[in-house]
Amino acid sequence: MTEFIEFISNNLQMIYIVILMIFVGVEIIGHVPAVLHTPLMSGANAIHGVVIIGAILVLLGADADNILAQALGFVAVLLGTLNVVGGFVVTDRMLEMFKKKK
Amino acid sequence: MEYIFSLEFIYLIASITYILGLKMLGHPETARRGNLIAAGGMTLAIFGTIFLHQGEVLTQTYLLIGSAILIGTIVGWAIAKKVAMTKMPELVSLFNGMGGASAALIGLIEFNHYIGDTMSIVTILAGIIIGSVSFSGSMIAWAKLNGTLNKPLRLPKYNLLNNVIFIVLVAFAAYMTYIGTDSQLYLYILFFGALAYGILFVLPIGGADMPVVISLLNSFTGLAAALGGFLYGNMVMLTGGILVGSAGTILTFAMCDAMNRSLFNVIFGGFGDTDVSTEGSTSSVKGSIKKTTASDVAILMNYSQRIIFVPGYGLAVAQAQHAIHELEQLLVGKGIEVKYAIHPVAGRMPGHMNVLLAETNVDYDKLAEMEDVNPEFSNTDVVFVVGANDVVNPAAHNDPSSPIYGMPILDVENAKQIIVNKRSMKPGYAGIENELFFNQKTSMLFGDAKTVIQSLITEIKGM
Repeated sequence: MTEFIEFISNNLQMIYIVILMIFVGVEIIGHVPAVLHTPLMSGANAIHGVVIIGAILVLLGADADNILAQALGFVAVLLGTLNVVGGFVVTDRMLEMFKKKK
Repeated sequence: MEYIFSLEFIYLIASITYILGLKMLGHPETARRGNLIAAGGMTLAIFGTIFLHQGEVLTQTYLLIGSAILIGTIVGWAIAKKVAMTKMPELVSLFNGMGGASAALIGLIEFNHYIGDTMSIVTILAGIIIGSVSFSGSMIAWAKLNGTLNKPLRLPKYNLLNNVIFIVLVAFAAYMTYIGTDSQLYLYILFFGALAYGILFVLPIGGADMPVVISLLNSFTGLAAALGGFLYGNMVMLTGGILVGSAGTILTFAMCDAMNRSLFNVIFGGFGDTDVSTEGSTSSVKGSIKKTTASDVAILMNYSQRIIFVPGYGLAVAQAQHAIHELEQLLVGKGIEVKYAIHPVAGRMPGHMNVLLAETNVDYDKLAEMEDVNPEFSNTDVVFVVGANDVVNPAAHNDPSSPIYGMPILDVENAKQIIVNKRSMKPGYAGIENELFFNQKTSMLFGDAKTVIQSLITEIKGM
């Protein structure tokens, strides 16, 4: 229990961010027309590709002689990149179709 | 001044681009720019992480990271560019799974480094569970949308079984944390257990509910990314992840609302549970259907004043979006009023029909949403249903035993004439019969949507 309270006080800043971000996320989605639901989901999908940052940090911190960690880290970065690049490109392709309209 | 070039500052900018990007994605005029802004922020954050890293890094590591990003970029770009517009929903699911897998792998590697640090272990194990479920669940959703897996598959007592597996997973993770284990075996048992749960979680859910599932798994992956941010104290992962987690959850509920079902119902409801096993005996609805021909429909349309098209997944499958637009222009040229009635969950994703029709430059004004168009059916001469089924099934109104009872539908039965184009009499994705097809006013025009519409165009042109 003490560890839990310690954790809270040590990470108070991050907890603030989490709470505020939850409300930002809710607010942003509140008023989106149905037409844009699919592109929006796809855009959000690309943004959680930010997990790639964690994958890069893993590789940067992995021991050079730990082959398993290196291999898994490599795959993690690869998959994260797929998520980011694929996600943004697909979203752009969807939105391209809306462009020509007035 | 130094602070300007620090990683923290870059992460701050990236976080702002995510918020701005998502916000701009909510408006048609700014959506594309919003996506590009978020992509820019992401690029900045990735390069910042690599090049502003403090401490010794081997060249070998840089090569490893560089090649992974290069391969991922080329492959991701190629897939995203090549795949047909109709395949977009499953593609989103596929990429979502990649993110989930990445989060789970991070947890697998970092577990060893944090043994003894209870809260970090909790974060890591939660990340592994959520990431793995998101990965395997997304793969199943992808296979379902792809048509590889097209029937809901249910083990006996699957709800109970799934819940038990879930509780066991969580309890096992809690146990691992409690005893402070460093066992790799336990770690991988948890990992594979979570993968299995993801599969079992999505398998029983019907294809019609896949949009909701993908949206839910999307927010799961966001959560997994945020857990990674918590672990590293990395702000950009935290903001991006939580933002997607909360936005994705709201989107999920919006989709459930559109179907008038609760999330609980989607996941545990066993949609179409009663009918699926009795697929052979399709005649729960009595009566006979009327078949019609393209030339009859062409004449009917030619002498109508108001026509409403109801597009569904069949239109997407047949790639008939350009054909239907041509038909629309032809009819409008003859002074006929034409509209498209868009059900919020027509197709395989909310807005699927809008995206599809936008490809062909259909006027925004011609796309009518369900609430606006429903009162108009009663003074419409012809409703042309193209490859839609469950979203026009009157059972949603008048059959309390139907699994889709209560779902808002397009009230096409109020129109004077209903033409339904389908490939066959097979039930729709929900796996249930549609009494609309047996309605006195309904005529069936069987065939591939594109072929049928093209022959309609030829017939009308010849008049």
